[in-house]
Amino acid sequence: MPQTTSRPTVIAADQLTKRYGDFTAVDAISFEVPAGESFGLLGPNGAGKSTTMRMIGGVSQRSGGTLRIMGLDPEEQGPEVRAHLGVVPQEDNLDQELKVRDNLIVYGRYFGLPLSYLRPKADELLDFAQLTDKANARVEDLSGGMKRRLTIARSLINDPRVLLLDEPTTGLDPQARHILWDRLFRLKERGVTLILTTHYMDEAEQLCDRLIVVDRGRIMAEGSPSALIRQYSTREVLELRFGADRNAGAAEAVEGIGERIEVLPDRLLVYAHDGEAALEAIGNRGLSPLTSLVRRSSLEDVFLRLTGRSLIE
Amino acid sequence: MSLVRDADLQLTADRRPFASLYSRNVRAVIVRGLVATKTSNAAIMISGFVEPVLYLLSMGIGLGALIGTVQGPDGTEISYAAYIAPALLTVSAMNGALYDSTMNVFFKMNYAKLYQNMLYTSLGPLDVALGEIFLALLRGFLYATGFTIVMAAMGLITTWWALLMVPAAVLIAFGFASIGMGITSYIRTFQQLDWVTFIMLPMFLFSATFYPLSVYPEPIQWLIQALPLWHGVELLRQLSVGSFGVMTAVHLLYYVLMVIVGMTLTTRRLRALFLK
Ligand SMILES: Nc1ncnc2c1ncn2[C@@H]1O[C@H](COP(=O)(O)OP(=O)(O)O)[C@@H](O)[C@H]1O
Ligand SMILES: [Mg+2]
Repeated sequence: MPQTTSRPTVIAADQLTKRYGDFTAVDAISFEVPAGESFGLLGPNGAGKSTTMRMIGGVSQRSGGTLRIMGLDPEEQGPEVRAHLGVVPQEDNLDQELKVRDNLIVYGRYFGLPLSYLRPKADELLDFAQLTDKANARVEDLSGGMKRRLTIARSLINDPRVLLLDEPTTGLDPQARHILWDRLFRLKERGVTLILTTHYMDEAEQLCDRLIVVDRGRIMAEGSPSALIRQYSTREVLELRFGADRNAGAAEAVEGIGERIEVLPDRLLVYAHDGEAALEAIGNRGLSPLTSLVRRSSLEDVFLRLTGRSLIE
Repeated sequence: MSLVRDADLQLTADRRPFASLYSRNVRAVIVRGLVATKTSNAAIMISGFVEPVLYLLSMGIGLGALIGTVQGPDGTEISYAAYIAPALLTVSAMNGALYDSTMNVFFKMNYAKLYQNMLYTSLGPLDVALGEIFLALLRGFLYATGFTIVMAAMGLITTWWALLMVPAAVLIAFGFASIGMGITSYIRTFQQLDWVTFIMLPMFLFSATFYPLSVYPEPIQWLIQALPLWHGVELLRQLSVGSFGVMTAVHLLYYVLMVIVGMTLTTRRLRALFLK
């Protein structure tokens, strides 16, 4: 669905750069996010996603470029910007010395919010995170999934206008993931702008209106998930397994079928508009893979095409 | 939760000085410290109070029996316990303030990640620094009050002036805490923090804590008089018996300067300390 262009820009990054010593973690990236969009940073570990998120939150000083969040520079106006930001960091940094409910209330006080607002809000968020019966538990007694849910709940305490989610569902079970996705959709309906990083392509496809594919601190491609797939991949993919040491050899025999072939350690990918037809062509050449599977192209294929590497090692 | 409208997404810059570092919400940091103490750290609080009291009992009563009386700040003879008590209070103010502003801050920064979660809210680094310093001073105030009560119970207090030791101990703690936090901004590893202890221990032992400065040769005396702990010890010792002079003002001024230098340093180093 095309965005209406009249909505204001919420985040504008221009040549944004972060260096640690000689190492460039974020390398002059530029992007804009309009209001209400759900915008993703997709990339493997070490791509610079978290570093970018930290600069947006104003808790990491950039080495170059400009950044505007809701019109302000987060380095000059950190408190003002963050008052309207919700942040789910990659690693849960809950307050270990406080109980579960106090984690929400004390966090809300950091925003200067009054207790009369925070008490009912905390209960509402505990309910959302399915932690009502853990309200008085210690954080260290929570499971990994519970901590993640509490961190996400905490990020909503100030009714943020922009929500930053750094790998929000890592460590969540599938059911909890879907509940979170649903909740994020509802926030989006209320006009909250979502910025999220992930290395799960299904998550990116589900949640993001638009995304940038990042690798080694640079933007490799930008667009909606479907546009990226259309641009960088074929409609379908045929996955073939010939057995561990025979995949590479089989690649030569398959040559010419489909538009492009990728050889992975454990399988062969044949990119074709019509996967079934490609499979038939392979049968006609007298090749018999151990297993074969036709599926639709995904962002994983886009990433492979762009970088020659798999998204998840 | 209400709908986000376009107008909500155009923020106006805050023109106050320090707007990038300060949100005028030190209170939230203090409240957090109090709630955390209630939930998790009550035992540590008590140990900090007990330590100087144990020193006072063992050295004041034990060694005191051996030593008898010594000459007090105003020239009159006082018991050995009354002589070392103000010094022990000074040392405890220094230790507590330095511990809170170095180890504790370093740990909360790099291991507990406490400040990361504070700084993702509308708090600025200056709110965090001021809140932590206030908490350190509050702790110092409570310890000093407790210790003074113990002194009174042991019959070591003979004048109302001695009550001034409590605010003076807080000032001493302020001096050390503000410098300590500035120093922490340069610290990269836990090993480097050992240097803080390395400086504290000899100051504790040699700053006229347990015997008068006059036992040293003159150059050493000059060195010790340049160090902060000696000024604190002398200040509290004078207050404990209500004997004042020009030097009282000098000692006070020393700490006022220490606070000014420390707070300037800390404020300048806030970004290095909190925003990597
Ligand atoms: N504080 C730091 N000091 C030095 N290097 C860092 C620091 N933080 C991150 N990096 C490096 O920057 C790169 C990008 O890291 P990060 O933004 O966490 O990637 P991602 O979130 O995409 O996995 C990595 O190579 C990481 O090792
Ligand atoms: Mg990351």
